[in-house]
Amino acid sequence: MSSNSVPEIGPSTPYFAGHFEDVDQKIESDILGMWLFLAQEIMFFGGLFTAYSVYRHAYPDIFQLGADQLNYLMGAGNTMFLLISSLTMAMTVYYTQHGQFRKQLLCFLATMIFGSLFLVVKYFEYKEKWDHGLVPGLNWDPHTVDFAAANLTSPPENLKLYFILYFTMTGLHALHMVIGIGIGIAIFINMLLWKKYGPNRYMAVEMFGFYWHFVDIVWVFLFPLIYLI
Amino acid sequence: MAVVADRQIIHETEIRPRHYLNVNHSFWSWFFTTDHKRIAMLYLGTITVFFLMGGVFALLFRLELMTPEGDLFQADTYNRFFTLHGVLMIFFFLVPSIPATLGNFLLPIMVGCRDLAFPKVNLASYWIFVFAGMFGVGMLASGGVDTGWTFYAPLSTHYSNTSVFMAAMAAFFAGFASILTGVNFIVTVHKMRAPGLTWFRLPLFVWAQYATGIIMMLGTPVIAITLFLVALERVWGVGIFDPAHGGDPVLFQHMFWFYSHPAVYIMILPGFGVISEVIACFSRNKIFGYHFIAFSSLAIAVLGFFVWGHHMFIAGQSVYTGVVFSLITMLVAVPSAIKVFNWTATFYGGNVTLESPMLYAIGFMGLFTVGGLTGLFLAAMGMDVPLHDTYFVVAHFHYVMVGGMVMAFMAGLHFWWPKMTGRMYPEFIAKFNAVIVFLGFNATFFPQFILGWLGMPRRYHAYPEEWQVLNVMSTAGATILGFGFTLAIAYFIWSLFYGERAGNNPWGAKGLEWTIESPPTTHNFHHIPTVTEDPYNYTGREEVNVQQ
Amino acid sequence: MSVAHHVPAKNYVINFFVLMILMIATVVAARFDFGGANLPIALAIAITKTACIVLFFMNVRYGSPLVRVFAAGGFFWLCIMLAFTLSDYLLFTNVMGSPTTVAIP
Repeated sequence: MSSNSVPEIGPSTPYFAGHFEDVDQKIESDILGMWLFLAQEIMFFGGLFTAYSVYRHAYPDIFQLGADQLNYLMGAGNTMFLLISSLTMAMTVYYTQHGQFRKQLLCFLATMIFGSLFLVVKYFEYKEKWDHGLVPGLNWDPHTVDFAAANLTSPPENLKLYFILYFTMTGLHALHMVIGIGIGIAIFINMLLWKKYGPNRYMAVEMFGFYWHFVDIVWVFLFPLIYLI
Repeated sequence: MAVVADRQIIHETEIRPRHYLNVNHSFWSWFFTTDHKRIAMLYLGTITVFFLMGGVFALLFRLELMTPEGDLFQADTYNRFFTLHGVLMIFFFLVPSIPATLGNFLLPIMVGCRDLAFPKVNLASYWIFVFAGMFGVGMLASGGVDTGWTFYAPLSTHYSNTSVFMAAMAAFFAGFASILTGVNFIVTVHKMRAPGLTWFRLPLFVWAQYATGIIMMLGTPVIAITLFLVALERVWGVGIFDPAHGGDPVLFQHMFWFYSHPAVYIMILPGFGVISEVIACFSRNKIFGYHFIAFSSLAIAVLGFFVWGHHMFIAGQSVYTGVVFSLITMLVAVPSAIKVFNWTATFYGGNVTLESPMLYAIGFMGLFTVGGLTGLFLAAMGMDVPLHDTYFVVAHFHYVMVGGMVMAFMAGLHFWWPKMTGRMYPEFIAKFNAVIVFLGFNATFFPQFILGWLGMPRRYHAYPEEWQVLNVMSTAGATILGFGFTLAIAYFIWSLFYGERAGNNPWGAKGLEWTIESPPTTHNFHHIPTVTEDPYNYTGREEVNVQQ
Repeated sequence: MSVAHHVPAKNYVINFFVLMILMIATVVAARFDFGGANLPIALAIAITKTACIVLFFMNVRYGSPLVRVFAAGGFFWLCIMLAFTLSDYLLFTNVMGSPTTVAIP
């Protein structure tokens, strides 16, 4: 794992496109551009978090009731999968920069696997909600919810609002996961077949990592707000 | 003989230098180019089409308003026409106009680099825009939309039976095109500047584009998610803004205006940048208060995010929040006024000549000032109550957007057209046209201030008889305005083929873009320049080299 | 070359375990009823986790000042939107003048 091991993969000269003057300019442009893109993503999800805050402020008891319908252990398990995949992603970037091909490949594969596990759990969660009739617009018949026991001050039909937010927020997050895994597969093929990324060319992997960590951050907020409180 | 012919061909290519326009003529080389200049030209063509479509709808409903009775169109048709005018003009013309065309073309040249930081992202931005345009055309083909460009819930989510979904998707994707442009601009300004080009040597056009980029990147995603929710509601009827189970339509307005108010600064800020360049050039004077103009652009960009509530004074917003929004809205007048005063001061001691770009720029200053000052009327909470949703608002908005932004766009297009195409348009006709557009504009929109003051509400196709004179004036003005824009498009297209070849610097202007060929080569510069002097280093003796 | 090269891999592993502990903490904290404090606790933990991810996994800790400003900017702008929108709902008074905490009728 020493940092001065001989690079075994990637092009031998630093890679950058012709309109840049040097490789530092390319690297810094990529990092800045990615952060701007992520700022854009923050505002995109931010609109939903704003709606969540407003409605939660208005109907705290109905949001509590909604959270009780979810399985927080599934949410916690998913948080764990995402955190593990974030670790392996960070390690992928590390091994790419240090030119360790086998470890790079394994870590990236692990990232994709834990990302997919997240989606599998998500599928079972959505299916359960569907069976309980908790999908607004498509299958809304909350027969499993005990409104009487919850001692509500807001009208029961407001529960729909909670589940709209639940499905939109987790759904858009899951969509980001799917897109991430799609791009990840393309990167993985490049790694496996052509050994494309190495110490002289790692920005694509690092930028993918930024995206992956960002999706993790969204979940870090979604998990307590939707499942726990 | 054949040998001689070959030599002649070689000779021909030697005297006709290669530039970005003639370097390659294939379909692929244009529509999948990563050259920022070609993408700018593609954008220019596309937004001109949308501008004409939006203009036709405007003329149609102005025609209806000639008579007090609703006799030419049904109320429904009228609703669709003004909505289509709004949606097309705002999302497909005003927002991308200067950034995606002039900005795309000039920003890399002005900062002295070969292309934007992410050329492929720039191409993606164009194609996302075209994809959005397809939804726009789909919206037209499926019968239009009648909610007004603001898509207010619950009209858009529950009661309208027109193609709101298509319109929302069109605006959704057009938004992503502008986000990508914004990201590209910001990174380019930060990282791609030529050696010696410090922040305070940047042309003010670049500062304005940078400020615009900030708003595009931070504001646009919010409207994307808002319209996404509206579309979701239309498709599956989930009902997030539906009061029937506790949803709040006012929340829609908050989320909508969080973008859509800063969006008017997306539309006007690039115009400020253009005007700064044009005024300095044709006054042949160092621009007055460079730092103030530069920072006022950033101030407008930031303050613009704190004022959205002034659209909601009568929508049931908290009065205390309204007071804060009202106060901050008035603060925006400060940086705007700083700009206008500095431009005026630039004239002083300058050697002012009135070429066509300058005529448009001076028109801009007058009209924008009127538009800005009437904005203060609307920012005052008490004043806004009677004026809300009247023609006063329509006139104010159009004084800033058409009188400001479109005039600035025309100024910029006339100013840089020789650089972009290498050809001059007929300067005399262009000057004549600038006057026509100015007169037509005022004839259209000044009567609307009076109409609004008298209480004529917007978005109605019929009105009491005593308002007919002013409405006829407005329609007549719209016709003149329409003629003016058509004439401009006609002579621009004419100049592409028959215009005189422009030199590298027909206006005697300063700036990196005037040091290279007209039109530029694909890589802009043969060598990356090193900048050693401040911008706008005019001596007052620069000559205009254009035939009148 | 990027400064990330000088970051030892051990840092990532430590960061991961900190994140896992925080995750367990947020689950445990939510099982108890602290009255009104549950939400602030959950948010504080979420913000700490975000800071860990941004600073160490995404290397902002070792990034240039410009990168730090850009990273903070997005979160700051979100706060603007939340603050001003919520100010409307928190300060809302109905027409009769009696202050209410519930904004939506």
